[in-house]
Amino acid sequence: MAEQTNLSYLVDKYFYASQMPTMWCPGCGNGVVAMSMCRSIERLGLDMDKMIHVAGIGCAAVAHWYTKFTALQTAHGRALASATGIKFANPELNVVVTMGDGDAAAIGGNHLIHACRRNIDVTAIVYNNFNYGMTGGQVGPTTPLRSFASTAPYGNAERPFDICRLAEAAGATYVARGAVYYVEELISLIERGIRHKGFALIDAVTPCVAVFGRRNKLGTPGQMFKAQRRLTVSMKKAKDMSPEELDGKLIRGVLVEKEVPEFTDEYDKIIAQAQGRDE
Amino acid sequence: MSKARIKLMKGNEACAEGAIAAGVRFFAGYPITPANEIATIMSQRLPQVGGKFIQMEDEIGSLGAAIGAALTGVKAMDATSGPGFSLKLENLGLAAMVEVPLVLINVQRVGPSIGMATSPAQGDVMQARYGSHGDYGIIAVSPSSVQEMFDLTIKAVDLSEKFRVPVILLADQVVGHMRERLVLPSYEEIETAYRTEPSGPPETYLPYGGDERGVPPMAKFGSPYHWYANSSSHGEDSFQATSDYAISEKLIQRLTNKIEKNKKEITEVREEFLDDAEIVIVAYGCTARSARGAVLKAREEGIKVGFFRPIVLWPVPNEEIGQVADTAQAIIVPEMNMGQYVHPVREAACGKAEVVSLSKVGGLAISSNEILEKIREVVKSG
Repeated sequence: MAEQTNLSYLVDKYFYASQMPTMWCPGCGNGVVAMSMCRSIERLGLDMDKMIHVAGIGCAAVAHWYTKFTALQTAHGRALASATGIKFANPELNVVVTMGDGDAAAIGGNHLIHACRRNIDVTAIVYNNFNYGMTGGQVGPTTPLRSFASTAPYGNAERPFDICRLAEAAGATYVARGAVYYVEELISLIERGIRHKGFALIDAVTPCVAVFGRRNKLGTPGQMFKAQRRLTVSMKKAKDMSPEELDGKLIRGVLVEKEVPEFTDEYDKIIAQAQGRDE
Repeated sequence: MSKARIKLMKGNEACAEGAIAAGVRFFAGYPITPANEIATIMSQRLPQVGGKFIQMEDEIGSLGAAIGAALTGVKAMDATSGPGFSLKLENLGLAAMVEVPLVLINVQRVGPSIGMATSPAQGDVMQARYGSHGDYGIIAVSPSSVQEMFDLTIKAVDLSEKFRVPVILLADQVVGHMRERLVLPSYEEIETAYRTEPSGPPETYLPYGGDERGVPPMAKFGSPYHWYANSSSHGEDSFQATSDYAISEKLIQRLTNKIEKNKKEITEVREEFLDDAEIVIVAYGCTARSARGAVLKAREEGIKVGFFRPIVLWPVPNEEIGQVADTAQAIIVPEMNMGQYVHPVREAACGKAEVVSLSKVGGLAISSNEILEKIREVVKSG
């Protein structure tokens, strides 16, 4: 079946019109990430009944207010812990997790690294906008050094996390970075992450125009979207660049992809063993 | 029909076995004394019966995982003690809000903070009821013996499914670690409730529309009933009530009332020697054991003492306590804390009987003699 790309078809299939308009500020990139997720699900032809959307708290973690999937909104930072319980209890379900950068890498950091280590077949999409937008733009774990935030009025004195490198170091078996300016690529990265058997993390770089952008004088929505051409670089291009040239740039593409035994499969072997059956 | 088996077991072992018997097929936990045996046994027993065990990265994550599992239709459980219980309160409140049935075991130890890991306390009684922020209803049951660690774990599972609510088994280090005779019934004879699932077209499903008791039907995650398990204030259809105060108020009322207004179905108490009792001991958990001993000794001395044990601590059996206060002159509440359950007891007694607290903290159980001494003191002060 040919992929449906008709926008009104997709909106009608995946989003509750009754919940519109979204709470996202004009110019925010989050809607692009949410639609990219739905388009990747459409491409994969996944059963809507078996899709479970889990979210934490924050500007990113409201995408599930609008999508028609069965969803769980956890407490701030806890999405991956509950997603683990859902997937482990019923491995037939496709579990996609939506988190912000603070949600995933600060308050939920422990769950993140252990989900990577455990390699449970869950897909986590981090909407990375470099600050806590919903609460007024506080400094976060991915805020660049010396950037301004409501709680960093003199500039951020802390070094940021590179969420992808964090996930890789923690043992994630699929790590990718996309950016909303490169929407086709982002859809493919999410699609490949959902298809990946094991824990998949997609860092989706998305501009927070109204809060982070305004405070740091980053310009209009158009300018902030376009700036992703400068702030990010594809893996292909990055290969030919010197460390100095790459300084401060985020590399896009599939950064890690490897086949490693998946947790729920491994546990099935434990059940067989405990029941005295041979696998 | 298979016969009942008689075993010598630790309370925590009986709890794990009770969970298996009750149909619990998912356990998530984190190491903590004095609850460890429960996770250890579940890690061994669950895969044998096709269930799943996971040790999560922290206490918060383990209750989070249990919540996720319960949403897929599995009976799920978690076990901890004081320091872990404090951490779990975030997700306990979430489970109450989202209305996820599950059982959380708290084998109480001395607090505050790290306190004493291997010594008993009853210091988490108020925390079990009011620990998470905001208002909600919750159920807590209090076992006094190894047999009850088995029986009440089953009851906890049953109540959680009936009322779509997290249920706390508020045990303590004494009942968790002591060994006693346990009669294990045939598991086929054990029946526990299972949440009511929705019927009718999925489009009309109201995940938070309570029935006449205030309990909504619950669809499994992965079924054609798409729904939103929402930790924000929500309407019956589960969508946000961002600034709709009437919807938010209705929700909080229902969450509280589905427990408080259905007390008759939930309450369980043990009453002995109440007919002529002038003084009544109200005790629970491990303290109820020595309290009963004290009552027997006092009776030998000719003092008319009665015994009242709330097996379900929350919701409070205030009607039953009120009846005790109608006839008794004094009620003594011995407990291993600075005086916690004495407050709802005093409220239920409503001034009809004097309510006296006997509190002991630090990790030593209250002896029968200490309670007897208090009884004599109350008699003297007449």
